[in-house]
Amino acid sequence: MFMRGLKRKCFDGEEDIEGTLAGIKAIPSYNLQRQSLLDMSLVKLQLCHMLVEPNLCRSVLIANTVRQIQEEMTQDGTWQMINMQNTGQASVDRLVSTDILCRSSREQAEGKHVPGYSTFSKDFEGDQAQDSSETMSTASSVQALRNLQSNVWEMENSQENKGNFQKSLDQIFETLENKSPNSVEDLFSEVDNSYYDLDTMLTGMMSNTKMGHCDGLEPFPSPTTTTSSSNCKSDLNELDHIVEILVES
Amino acid sequence: MEEDVETRKINSSFLRDHSYATEADIISTVEFNHTGELLATGDKGGRVVIFQREQESKNQPHRRGEYNVYSTFQSHEPEFDYLKSLEIEEKINKIRWLPQQNAAYFLLSTNDKTVKLWKVSERDKRPEGYNLKDEDGRLRDPSMITSLRVPVLRPMDLMVEATPRRVFANAHTYHINSISVNSDYETYMSADDLRINLWNFEITNQSFNIVDIKPANMEELTEVITAAEFHPHHCNTFVYSSSKGTIRLCDMRTSALCDRHAKFFEEPEDPSNRSFFSEIISSISDVKFSHSGRYIMTRDYLTVKVWDLNMENRPIETYQVHDYLRSKLCSLYENDCIFDKFECVWNGSDSVIMTGSYNNFFRMFDRNTKRDVTLEASRENSKPRAVLKPRKVCVGGKRRKDEISVDSLDFSKKILHTAWHPSENIIAVAATNNLYIFQDKVN
Repeated sequence: MFMRGLKRKCFDGEEDIEGTLAGIKAIPSYNLQRQSLLDMSLVKLQLCHMLVEPNLCRSVLIANTVRQIQEEMTQDGTWQMINMQNTGQASVDRLVSTDILCRSSREQAEGKHVPGYSTFSKDFEGDQAQDSSETMSTASSVQALRNLQSNVWEMENSQENKGNFQKSLDQIFETLENKSPNSVEDLFSEVDNSYYDLDTMLTGMMSNTKMGHCDGLEPFPSPTTTTSSSNCKSDLNELDHIVEILVES
Repeated sequence: MEEDVETRKINSSFLRDHSYATEADIISTVEFNHTGELLATGDKGGRVVIFQREQESKNQPHRRGEYNVYSTFQSHEPEFDYLKSLEIEEKINKIRWLPQQNAAYFLLSTNDKTVKLWKVSERDKRPEGYNLKDEDGRLRDPSMITSLRVPVLRPMDLMVEATPRRVFANAHTYHINSISVNSDYETYMSADDLRINLWNFEITNQSFNIVDIKPANMEELTEVITAAEFHPHHCNTFVYSSSKGTIRLCDMRTSALCDRHAKFFEEPEDPSNRSFFSEIISSISDVKFSHSGRYIMTRDYLTVKVWDLNMENRPIETYQVHDYLRSKLCSLYENDCIFDKFECVWNGSDSVIMTGSYNNFFRMFDRNTKRDVTLEASRENSKPRAVLKPRKVCVGGKRRKDEISVDSLDFSKKILHTAWHPSENIIAVAATNNLYIFQDKVN
């Protein structure tokens, strides 16, 4: 069901985003929406990994959408290819963790989705200027997409990848153990909600969702509230799993 | 058209609230056989349930050939692919009947990886009066036998047996989305995301690969096969649809590997409607030949299109299924509904086409009169034997009484699978884990 009383936004770049981005002009708002679509698509591609068997058609369509956005951003000139080697240790780590996520099969993915998501949330941190944060996230998105492309569809490569991520797997699990149970929510709350100013059909839409674990947890932030317990999606049952694991550890 | 409503549930432990219904009971395919006497359904739990139409009797004229459960069997079991560490779902993706050639019925059922040929046969007699064993089956002592008798067949309660006759395995790396029986009744094809294989019913350890669109470098993959079907009369011709909204018709006589199409059907894009979601909504989820073999029908996310085989550059008819969703595509992308794969069906005379939508709605389009109707498959809104009331979705502004606003649509109630009786106006509609059978009202 749609949220009643919520001002819905068409994805056509014509309307301003209200609220926290007041003062930003109409044209950047289209960029912002496009950026959020790009980020949503990349997260979807990662979520594919967590399913038992990724749906190839869906992955291909999402990847094509990402490519389309990137092409348009290139033409617009908002796309600046950053030489990944010059970005320093921090970003390389981020790429590594994304890379591991890409290669993981279901079991590893359960443990590593959280750090992967924090990759995106770090991109949104306020230290960087608006433009460079966009370009940083899109640059790492390119790398992520390439990794995803080669690993979502090439299941046959899994044997050679297994050696690499086994070591990183240990690193990730160490990191996870040190985190407190509330860290998952902290990570998700870092994401700037204003980016996701889109039509929301999250509330009550997919009725076969387990509601229990969703209290206080909002994997896809909505523009209205950050702590609404009713924002939950059926395709994030996997995230419920992770929360369970984290809380229990 | 007016409809007489008759509902059947195949799951006896059905719970009223859909959100708690057992996921294994979700119907994943529905198919009438060639005479319409049998209706098969497959579900997510790997089971096949076959319904048989009652013989019409003069004693009960109001019960015009209702469908009752005829046979239930477990077709596929969940498997585990140890090499890739992935589960193989037992969900039945498609069922296709073979034409009947003797007293037994044959059907093909498939999950993501394996196709099986099932024989469904009746047993209503059993032999009695063996010489060497008694009625319990225990061997008799030969020295105790003093006379000989001829065993006779005696009637017994009807038993319907389903036995797997062939298992066609290990031929698909990707998920099988379609199977189609050829008009020669000797071969059939199975299509996955990137390849199509041709099988002979008698040979299970070999299949011919007839289409392969896998790129050498998987990073270059941009298009997958979404559906495939043989021509109803020409055993050398088949079509397959893609995620980019194109249909290719291939002739197997030209070469062994049909990578080069004989015909290529694609509608030019409407530049005014272009968005980031244009490609996704153009992805074809189902393709069906008309019974005549002259037309093909394709279903993409928002429309159903009819193509003339002789005209490749655009469809001859386009029907809007739920255009009110066009402005909601971003949300539908977010919650993955945009990837739902709806099927479409022709009626027996190719004059009406039908497809499903959300909120348990399904739509019918009359190709001759250009009229269309929206109907709902739900227990709350229709009583058995009541005529179905047409529904209307109101797009904006004032909502009239009995209209439903777009915001109130339940997107978890989707009708993906429907079937139409080959000769009569009887339709089967699968709504999550419920099967609805509707008949034309005749007075």
